[in-house]
Amino acid sequence: MSGTFVGMPAFPKAAREAVHNTTLRGNLRHATHTIRAKREAAVAEVPDWAELREAGKQIKDHTLRHLDRYLVQLEESVTAAGGTVHWAADADEANRIVTYLVKATGESEVVKVKSMATQEIGLNEALEAEGIHAYETDLAELIVQLGKDRPSHILVPAIHRNRGEIRDIFAREMSEWGRPAPEGLTDTPAELADAARLHLREKFLRAKVGVSGANFMVADTGTLVVVESEGNGRMCLTLPETLISVVGIEKIVPTWQDLEVFLQTLPRSSTAERMNPYTSTWTGTTDEDGPSTFHLVLIDNGRTDTLADEVGRQALRCIRCSACLNVCPVYERAGGHAYGSVYPGPIGAILSPQLRGTGSEVDASLPYASSLCGACYEVCPVAIDIPEVLVHLRERIAQGGPATEQGAKVVLKPAKGHAAERAAMRAARWAFSHPGALRTGQRVASRTRRFHPRTLPGPGKAWSASRDLPALPAEPFRDWWQRTNGGRGDERMSGGSTSGGKDTGK
Amino acid sequence: MSSRDLILGRVRRALADVPRDDTPYEQAVQRDYLREHGERSVEETVDLLAENLADYRALVHRTDADGLAEVVARLLREHGSRTVLVPPGLRAEWLAATEVTRVPDRVDSTAHELDGVDSVVTACALAVAETGTIVLDGSPDQGRRRITLVPDHHICVVRVPEQVVSSVPQALEQLDPTRPLTWISGPSATSDIELDRVEGVHGPRTLEVVLVSGSGNGSGSGG
Repeated sequence: MSGTFVGMPAFPKAAREAVHNTTLRGNLRHATHTIRAKREAAVAEVPDWAELREAGKQIKDHTLRHLDRYLVQLEESVTAAGGTVHWAADADEANRIVTYLVKATGESEVVKVKSMATQEIGLNEALEAEGIHAYETDLAELIVQLGKDRPSHILVPAIHRNRGEIRDIFAREMSEWGRPAPEGLTDTPAELADAARLHLREKFLRAKVGVSGANFMVADTGTLVVVESEGNGRMCLTLPETLISVVGIEKIVPTWQDLEVFLQTLPRSSTAERMNPYTSTWTGTTDEDGPSTFHLVLIDNGRTDTLADEVGRQALRCIRCSACLNVCPVYERAGGHAYGSVYPGPIGAILSPQLRGTGSEVDASLPYASSLCGACYEVCPVAIDIPEVLVHLRERIAQGGPATEQGAKVVLKPAKGHAAERAAMRAARWAFSHPGALRTGQRVASRTRRFHPRTLPGPGKAWSASRDLPALPAEPFRDWWQRTNGGRGDERMSGGSTSGGKDTGK
Repeated sequence: MSSRDLILGRVRRALADVPRDDTPYEQAVQRDYLREHGERSVEETVDLLAENLADYRALVHRTDADGLAEVVARLLREHGSRTVLVPPGLRAEWLAATEVTRVPDRVDSTAHELDGVDSVVTACALAVAETGTIVLDGSPDQGRRRITLVPDHHICVVRVPEQVVSSVPQALEQLDPTRPLTWISGPSATSDIELDRVEGVHGPRTLEVVLVSGSGNGSGSGG
């Protein structure tokens, strides 16, 4: 599977480095806190948010449960409207198809609308290898591309950069790619946006091929929807002669009416707006308006493997709003790069290990990149229970078990590095099923408590490095229960209880 | 095996747990949400549209049918426009009071040519009050999508109250999905620098919306 950033270390290692970068932490804190408050206000404006969220969940769940039928229906409607549908089982196939389609036009450059799917499959690199230049036109993607950087957020891939850094990147790099940044460019956001406008305009005006993703595909009408802010999407969708849209198979909704839910929840949840500045919808091609050739490339790339997992498939409901990133305490501190994927944050922690499998070190570590606080579930506009899937994936990683990889059912072995955890769980199971041994063990533990170390030895060291060991009471609960007749007798504990005995007044 | 068959086969195997008689679409989705938010009179709905448009930095002007040509002429003058793009079905009287050079929306004009035009004047398909959105559907009085994109100044005329709906669900009911639609809520903007909204990127940086009353329930605007 492509998409893993090469040589990416496991999440804890990457995160440890990231949290020591004070600029990064400052940038992330500022941005996520700005959007959190605004999002809350935008959501509070609609009294039926809970009902919209539930409807969004139901639409997506229903679609996923009948995905084969809706895919076939979509193919028919897009074809009937003048588009051509292609199917790609994995990233390589998708890249081959797009490269072929671009070459068939005779062009050697394309303009791109921000798209997670093309990021996921590494399309830009694949095109570059074939001599085709792909220009990112979303402001944040432009910042990432010019800075030879990696995206760190779903909605705002350059969220890790502050205005000063963006100014420096523009001033230094724009001339390499086309029109240079204006002389004396300052770091005010309006001036930076203007510099991007000038730099990209010549590329839009001469573009013959546009590449996009889509936020939604409507099965019954064959309509595609792109939700955006800057107008770069409109440029790429309407000025070129050929449009190629690369979209994950899970982006379908059954009917035109279903958009009434998502066009209300997506803008409020992602940019905290009543409505984003521009939404484009198109159905195949239109005579003398916009591209005369339209290709839709449907990609699987791990989605059917995810679909096969009855607990994990809810991750495919995701509409990429990124609200879960913005509220996540782990994301806020570690940043997006530590997740080793174009999908960072809580949703990435459940999506990447399912799309790519748990074979690599980083993917096996992602389900642990969470404190399970549940804030992500709370804000999710399609109610993905991210903590539930995290725990489910942790179980799969620690214990192994059945999974689907590239369409084949496999039985995964327990991942390396979880031997101590498994041994501890086995010991616990034995102890809890042998009451005598448990009692003796608890008494010994209580009586020796002053000699206990503050951190665990051996393989337990990593666990206790970031956690306090629980304090043991002077007397095991069961002894107390017996001695006090279940608390009805003498309620006083036998001195020095660490649990703050109920009757310490005397 | 084609990739199509491969993917569809994988999907079907992945869904082995879904029963044949699974709840049909009509019952699987409970639409308990509201068709519109709050109760408003027709005037209040138009006021809300104006308020929300302005909140996202669109410049809102109100007039009646008799004053429209004057308003359009003034807006073009104040913007310093020398040329204005005109969709083929735009009512001629809307531009009756201006001397600015008309540029017709032609199939063979290049994007570079459009880039040299100062302004564009269009009608719209409808407007959504709750979100401050105008929707264009490529009808003859709105023209090809690109003419409202490349020029830096867009004047959009909304006939009130007849073209105003309250909510997104009501808008989708009225729109035709087979037409290419552009939903516009304020001038182009970005949140890409520190997640703070800044207006003015690639689309028109100035969006002026003229709410015109008493222009009749004319479906004739397209003619």
